[in-house]
Amino acid sequence: MAREGLMYTDSDEWVQKKDNNILRVGITDHAQSELGDIVYVDLPEIGEEYDKGDDVNEIESVKAVAEVKAPVSGKIVAINDQLEDDPALLNEEPFDNGWIFEIEMTDPDQLENLMDLEEYESKLEE
Amino acid sequence: MAYYPHTSEEIEEMLSSLGYESIEELFEDIPKEARFNDESLLNEGTSELEVSKLMKELSEKNKTVDDYICFMGGGAYDRYIPSTVDHVISRPEFYTAYTPYQPEVSQGTLQHIYEYQTMICRLTGMDVANASMYDGASALAEAVIMAMNVSRKNKIVVPKSLNPYWLRVVKTYLLGSDAEFVMVEEKNGEIDYCDLEDKIDDDVAAVLTQYPNSFGIVENLKEIKDKFTSKKTMFVVMADPIALGLLKKPGDLGADIVVGEGQQLGIPLSFGGPYLGYFAFRKKYVRKSPGRIIGKTEDKEGKRGFVMTYQTREQHIRREKATSNICTNQGLMTVAASVYMSTLGKQGLREVAEQSYKKAHYLFNELTRIDGIKKAYPDKPFFDEFVIEVNTDLNKLKYKMKKEGYLPGIILKHQYPEKDNQLLIAVTEKRTKEEMDSFVSKIKTILKG
Amino acid sequence: MTELIFELTSPGRKAYTLPDCDVDVDYDDKIKDFIDEEPVNLPEVSEQDLMRHYVELSTLNFHVDKGMYPLGSCTMKYNPKINEDIARLDGFSDIHPYSADEDIQGLLEMLFDFEKDLKILTGMDKFTFQPAAGAHGELTGIKIFRKYFDNKGEDRDKIIVPDSAHGTNPATASMGGFEVITIKSNDKGCVDLDALRDAMDETVAGLYLTNPNTLGIFEEDILEIAKIVHDEGGLLYYDGANLNATMGISRPGDMGFDIVHLNLHKTFSAPHGGGGPGSGPIGVKDFLTQYLPVPVVKKDDNGNKYKLDYSLENTIGKIHGFFGNVGVVVKAYAYTKLLGLKGLKKVSEMACLNANYLKDNLKKDYYLKFNRLCKHEFVLSGKNQKAENSVKTLDIAKRMLDFGVHPPTVYFPQIVDEALMIEPTETESKQSLDNFIRIMKKIASEAKNNPETVKKAPHTTPVKRLNEAKAMRNPDLKYENE
Ligand SMILES: Cc1ncc(COP(=O)(O)O)c(C=O)c1O
Repeated sequence: MAREGLMYTDSDEWVQKKDNNILRVGITDHAQSELGDIVYVDLPEIGEEYDKGDDVNEIESVKAVAEVKAPVSGKIVAINDQLEDDPALLNEEPFDNGWIFEIEMTDPDQLENLMDLEEYESKLEE
Repeated sequence: MAYYPHTSEEIEEMLSSLGYESIEELFEDIPKEARFNDESLLNEGTSELEVSKLMKELSEKNKTVDDYICFMGGGAYDRYIPSTVDHVISRPEFYTAYTPYQPEVSQGTLQHIYEYQTMICRLTGMDVANASMYDGASALAEAVIMAMNVSRKNKIVVPKSLNPYWLRVVKTYLLGSDAEFVMVEEKNGEIDYCDLEDKIDDDVAAVLTQYPNSFGIVENLKEIKDKFTSKKTMFVVMADPIALGLLKKPGDLGADIVVGEGQQLGIPLSFGGPYLGYFAFRKKYVRKSPGRIIGKTEDKEGKRGFVMTYQTREQHIRREKATSNICTNQGLMTVAASVYMSTLGKQGLREVAEQSYKKAHYLFNELTRIDGIKKAYPDKPFFDEFVIEVNTDLNKLKYKMKKEGYLPGIILKHQYPEKDNQLLIAVTEKRTKEEMDSFVSKIKTILKG
Repeated sequence: MTELIFELTSPGRKAYTLPDCDVDVDYDDKIKDFIDEEPVNLPEVSEQDLMRHYVELSTLNFHVDKGMYPLGSCTMKYNPKINEDIARLDGFSDIHPYSADEDIQGLLEMLFDFEKDLKILTGMDKFTFQPAAGAHGELTGIKIFRKYFDNKGEDRDKIIVPDSAHGTNPATASMGGFEVITIKSNDKGCVDLDALRDAMDETVAGLYLTNPNTLGIFEEDILEIAKIVHDEGGLLYYDGANLNATMGISRPGDMGFDIVHLNLHKTFSAPHGGGGPGSGPIGVKDFLTQYLPVPVVKKDDNGNKYKLDYSLENTIGKIHGFFGNVGVVVKAYAYTKLLGLKGLKKVSEMACLNANYLKDNLKKDYYLKFNRLCKHEFVLSGKNQKAENSVKTLDIAKRMLDFGVHPPTVYFPQIVDEALMIEPTETESKQSLDNFIRIMKKIASEAKNNPETVKKAPHTTPVKRLNEAKAMRNPDLKYENE
């Protein structure tokens, strides 16, 4: 269900650490399967700033809407605009080509609040 | 008479299977203080025959457009409704179904709505239409809300030549919002372009225009649109659907949202409802739009089929963030409208519009030849409704004309206190030369008398 | 596959006739520039083609006259045929909305008399028939909330709704410019009083509530709920979608509600029309009558004439272009006269009997989260089927189609996983309920023994499961082939 080497949030986002305080963010396989066929992604704008826990953007399936939250505080530095034309990538490759945005974090300490694979999986089991 | 099939034996059998002795026990969870005990207030029912009689008696106390010859419009019109319309909407398959939540057994309703959406788009020149709002006025209100959401602005520019009754509905819908209404003066029966230029700026969410307007005059949509200063400002046109059988489409003249009162599309007058709010707009705004939308797709065997789509906008999914709270709409009235538009078809709608235009202009010419009657707005183009200025007490004139068997029109003073002696007259394809000639001669006699 | 009406078009074909135009007038110069040379591209078909088309479409629909339609919260009861005839009487259908009061005495008398019955039934003091549906009544109510507190100079900007509330409740609150506070239900499926107390303060305008609630459970603490809201100066709004449970038994006015709406298209048998029209009159307590939309119906001072009264001092204005869906009100009135208020009480009794009978017979086969007395509806869950055999509630619903009954409301209320919300209504007989029970038990057993049959359902419908994702990813919202 989830993948080694990533960090996870309570609200089912995965976080991958890249260089220079930049994090890549997406939703987990569990999240996409709960939502069902994803049909629309409302991407954030590059340069927007968010506090940890803010709603960054919305993902819509046929009969549900989900909010993607900022896993840490920071500024959006990249978005995956492939999702605009092909939102199904979120269903098909949630951990790879289905990434959503990259955020440059302002406070690396916040990473400590994220879960590792084991913690996330045990959360899912509850 | 009661519409529950239970025999007393069955009631007992069902109760005892539940372990109860009386119906009372089904209501044990209701606290005593909240119980209603005054049986004496509850009246008895009666038979179908007696109810028919009672209702017939009540109905005969009303005077209808069959008792009078009707020249009254103002948003609701006495038009011919082909027989097909009532035969289709009387089919229980249409009128006893509900919202097509289960598409596999609702393809009739769903395909119909897809066809209806197509017809409304063709009528208005728009890309997308929804499956109805409650009526024209509420459709206009929803259009304003949508325009505010799309533009993220709050100023609404409204010409005085837009029906004040409908504007009142819009204002009620927006109570508690930050909408700011800016009125544009009227000049010679149409929007005052200088005033419009003064009032319009980059902060405007929407400019509203009625087409033709509340005096029957065809506003120049293109010229209005030319005054816009910001690309964000939405042009909301409230159009008469029969006039669209003749006039250029608002979509070709720069409108972003086109709404209207669909009563004229095969729906009886019924004292103002049920009517039909039609609602159409440009595709790029679809996610901010209110109401139900049907889309084409296929089933798992590749067969064409139709489903409700963009449901994530609606209250049952998005709840407090929904684009509107509408749930039950005017579904059956869309069937009436589709059957009406299909029965008349391409040529018939044009012919209805054309006859209405010609008859209205005939009556206008005849009336304004009478001494004491003036053209209120002489150089403006109108469609099938017009204003005359009569040198008399209009209330008395109306009273006398009703005695002669006519509904002579609407006294504009009720809506426009500053307008004295002006009468708004509507002529549909139903009126004949004979009816109009005698209408003219009666008015002549009364004015002389 | 049924052809689209546009695909039946043959240029030049006609389904209409009109008299020849008997006046000789040409377009004047002023209009010429405004005329579209090309007529609107509507279908061109014969009358017979048209009738066959719509009759064929109609055969693809499920409807109440065909079979049981236990769609929870929607009260899909039988629609007496006499109502349809009455609404079509010329004296109701051919009245212009701007008719003078003296020309509509019969209609006003009907509205006045109906209002009297509705007041008795609800315990409210004054009604308007202007709202065109339940949600439109809710909207009227929220505007009254707004204006009432504005007039009192109180700045209240929140509305409380329970987590079990229908989507129109929070959506309406937003349209009134209020922030929505959602409070959790307790383990009995009712409003949690502590949560309500915590949420309720002088910034809250009030509570939107339906009773019985969307689980079909009567809010036993309703009097305490009303007290908590009123003590903080708030108002109580009653969503009347569920009045079919309590007519003549318990009245929202006595429970403490200040504004109520009724759904004439549910409780009072006016048909649902494939989505509408409805009618959602609202009633208010005395202290709010001056806030109602105008006009209201009045009997004039010296006796027997009825009139439309526009003189309400604090009116919110108008909520409908004319006077609401009067044609729907006519049907509901005829229904009320047929049954009498006594008959309506019986309606509620039978509606609750039917629901409890179904619940009792199905609770072994489907998980029942709130196992207690219900009113006119109840909510089962397909969660065991999902956990044990990965058969989802959606699959169960689709399988029901194969057995000729309409599925219940599914996945609502959201507080029950895999919800199946069942409202049989009073018009179903014991035989029809027993048949429904048989079907539900059969599906439960199929889910265990032959889950693929259920998961692949429906098998017998005009189309199979439709690809809703495709409809959104490649939107096709109108026929393009001009
Ligand atoms: C509980 C509840 N409230 C409100 C509504 C809204 O009523 P309407 O659809 O008439 O607008 C519904 C309708 O489904 C409902 O079930």
